[in-house]
Amino acid sequence: MTNKERKELAEWVVVYAKQCGASEVTTSISHSRSVELEVREKKIETIKESTEMGLSLNIYYNNRYSGHTTNNLYKDDLKSFISEAVEATKYLAADEFRKLPNPSLYPESLDRDLKIYDKNYDLVTPDERIRIAKEIEEIALGQSDNIISVSSGYADSISEVVRVHSNGFVGEKQSTSFWAGAEATVRDMDARPEGYFWGGSRYFSKLPSVEELGKAAVKSALDKVGQSKIASGKYDMLVENKNVPRLLSILFGAMTARALQQKSSFLDGQLNQQIASNKLSVKDNPFLLEGFGSRLYDGEGLASKERTVIENGVLKQFFIDNYYGAKLGMTPNSGSRSNVEFELGDKDQAEIIKGIQKGILVTGFNGGNSNSTTGDYSFGITGFFIENGILVKPINEMNISGNAMDLWQRLVEVGNDPYKYSSVYSPCMLFEGIDFSGM
Amino acid sequence: MTQQEYLEHFGVSESIIKEVIAEGLSKGGDYCDVYFQHTISNVIGLEDKQVNKAYSDIDFGVGIRVLKGDQTGYSFSEEVSIEAMKSAALTAANIADSEQVAEPVEFKSSDLPNYYPIKTSWNEVSIKDKMPYLQKLNDLVFAKDERMVKCNIWFIDETSKVLFANSEGTLTCDYLPMCQLSVSCIAEQNGQKEQNGYNLSGRRGIEFFTENTLVHMANEAVERTVRLFDAVKPKAGEMPVVLAAGSSGILLHEAIGHGMEADFNRKEVSVFSDKIGKKVAADFVTIVDDGTNPNIRGSINVDDEGNPTQCTYLVENGIMKSYLHDKISARHYGVEPTGNGRRESFRHIPMPRMRNTYMLPGPHKKEDIIKSVEYGIYAESFTNGQVMIGAGDFTFYVKSGYLIENGELTKPIKDVNIIGNGPQVLQDIVMVADDLEISEGGWTCGKNGQGVPVSQGLPTVKVSKITVGGVNS
Repeated sequence: MTNKERKELAEWVVVYAKQCGASEVTTSISHSRSVELEVREKKIETIKESTEMGLSLNIYYNNRYSGHTTNNLYKDDLKSFISEAVEATKYLAADEFRKLPNPSLYPESLDRDLKIYDKNYDLVTPDERIRIAKEIEEIALGQSDNIISVSSGYADSISEVVRVHSNGFVGEKQSTSFWAGAEATVRDMDARPEGYFWGGSRYFSKLPSVEELGKAAVKSALDKVGQSKIASGKYDMLVENKNVPRLLSILFGAMTARALQQKSSFLDGQLNQQIASNKLSVKDNPFLLEGFGSRLYDGEGLASKERTVIENGVLKQFFIDNYYGAKLGMTPNSGSRSNVEFELGDKDQAEIIKGIQKGILVTGFNGGNSNSTTGDYSFGITGFFIENGILVKPINEMNISGNAMDLWQRLVEVGNDPYKYSSVYSPCMLFEGIDFSGM
Repeated sequence: MTQQEYLEHFGVSESIIKEVIAEGLSKGGDYCDVYFQHTISNVIGLEDKQVNKAYSDIDFGVGIRVLKGDQTGYSFSEEVSIEAMKSAALTAANIADSEQVAEPVEFKSSDLPNYYPIKTSWNEVSIKDKMPYLQKLNDLVFAKDERMVKCNIWFIDETSKVLFANSEGTLTCDYLPMCQLSVSCIAEQNGQKEQNGYNLSGRRGIEFFTENTLVHMANEAVERTVRLFDAVKPKAGEMPVVLAAGSSGILLHEAIGHGMEADFNRKEVSVFSDKIGKKVAADFVTIVDDGTNPNIRGSINVDDEGNPTQCTYLVENGIMKSYLHDKISARHYGVEPTGNGRRESFRHIPMPRMRNTYMLPGPHKKEDIIKSVEYGIYAESFTNGQVMIGAGDFTFYVKSGYLIENGELTKPIKDVNIIGNGPQVLQDIVMVADDLEISEGGWTCGKNGQGVPVSQGLPTVKVSKITVGGVNS
């Protein structure tokens, strides 16, 4: 099925659902292809190729709402799928806030190129994919005599989605992504610590080098050799850039309109209040070229806008989707984030470490969770003990615990090293006086 | 349904399946299997005292796998036309490159046990039939405590039909029901808000949700929530931890279960890679992974590679006995499969996964265990866990429990992470009570991007020390 055929099918779905009695309808039809492979001991361990299609349908019937998905796109089967969806919706309770977004919130133009689609996707050959994974494995194996196992991998995907709403929205999106990396396990007495590193890009030609990926994976494992826990206490905590999103998610989870309306947000009533130290400034940037979270519209068709989320520690906006926005009487601005960018400091991680007298560098989180209603959190960590500006020893089997409102006020320094391989482009961050539990 | 009805349901015949398998073996693969799946899922939700949202999903397709030694080629098709299936089989076949082509053998079907008998198929239960359960549960929650301000309820049902065949002549058919009723509460007292919940899940029919079950669910959800108003954080650091009977089996899942999945051991990356036959715990510690518990969430009549399910002993009287195998690892180790080859769907490659993992009852009494602790915690409900396979470090998140002070349960606790080391914690299990409970919660295990339903169980257990996330004085 071509994109044009998918669009025609989506338009037919909307018309047919209305014929079945739906008041309003939204549908999206997706098509994706992907390849994943894993190499181990210089041969392919697994290779998986897939092509998938899917149709998503949201029915509105006199302020009643339901959502339905299927991977069977045959028109005859879709007819019964749609009519049954409309019938099921009729049983539900009417809810005055269930309606499509106001068309004024849809994008005025979809012409902007966000550079998230590599038109040369089809030129990537099976041999190239295998070569990349094998080269990463070879580089990784050359990093240490202490390696027990390396599994390297490569994955890419191409996705096309059309979206049609009965009140006028029609959108199409094409995107590609390419990822590669490795997992390494090394010897350490009775233990076999593992590490991994994967990097990616929207364009095949911009994949990180095999050297960077292979070396980083083994370094991540070797960094854990000899790890042990240290005494419980309050320590300064420097969080490596790629791990910051775990802490940020405590805030973001409480910033949705749903959390506010359902009284499960510790940030309720905190708009325009200081929720973090003035070192924290966060922007949601959907238009970042080649960004992993870039988009012109969100999953409800709402036009993307650049948003200042937190400015010098002051909460400036919540994430407001269409339904919960209506319930709260707030104008929708998109209920989800896109690319997250930060105001950067002027030092990298190595320079910040030099200034720490006694602290812990967190290089990974191990489990744990947080509570969006209260802000309480508790996470397992691995990393290094820092003394007098030097990494002294690797640590593990320790927890950090506290409350997010306190944690973010303790942010004292932000690095200049945003992580490249995620839609959260976070730098490293230094917090003072965090509760660690160990021995 | 009969085997013939399954074949007709997927629009195939034995000869078509043989043709697809032959295509899969055409490049020299030594084994091929096909996995047809049709799943219908329904979800309805209550929010702000109204059943005002519903979702459904239909998923249909076939996964085709070809093995050459330890190597795997995999592809799937969402169409079951012979052309589409042969094309997918050829893609998977490319893992091999040999002139020697194996021939598929005649199919032998086998009668499977039924570990999930239900009275009414979920296909026969309409949205209208299910709505009163949510409304009733909501009313019970609000009637129970006036501090309740919000209640969210989800009712999920799922029915899967699976047809499996392989080049060794195995042909199996299975019907897998699943359901889950979840309630989440927010309560408010003097401006302080607390959230908690309760859920029940299993391979059950709607008859499981009786009036008494709904009352039990409402009571548990409300009591677990309002108790948190008085909750404190324990001291930070190592201390004795008593795990309540039931869902505390998450300890076993994370501390030992994953590390015993044989794919990690085949690659020698598990901390348990050289521990079979060795003493790892006290004599009274016996841990099993069981697929045969009637109607429990992790039970399976047959695994996703056509192997019979069983109760596998991981640790028996303190001695490590067996890994959890899929086909590849069983061939690698030259042992019989243990029925642990599972996959999320036809889109996914099977691998060793747990089913219901639990510890058998021990010689101690719950009261004596609590009395034996001077200062520690009693962990009762959990949200999630994780493990680092090679290092052996595992964690799990305690949503609620109690402090133990001078041998008695005192103040409630909430939101603390527990972190330990698998082999070490096995040695540190110092008391096991006689009150085994298997959890009926909605547990899903994630591994390599695939989620499968599981359960876990534990008698009351004392671990002499684990690191507890808390506050420093």
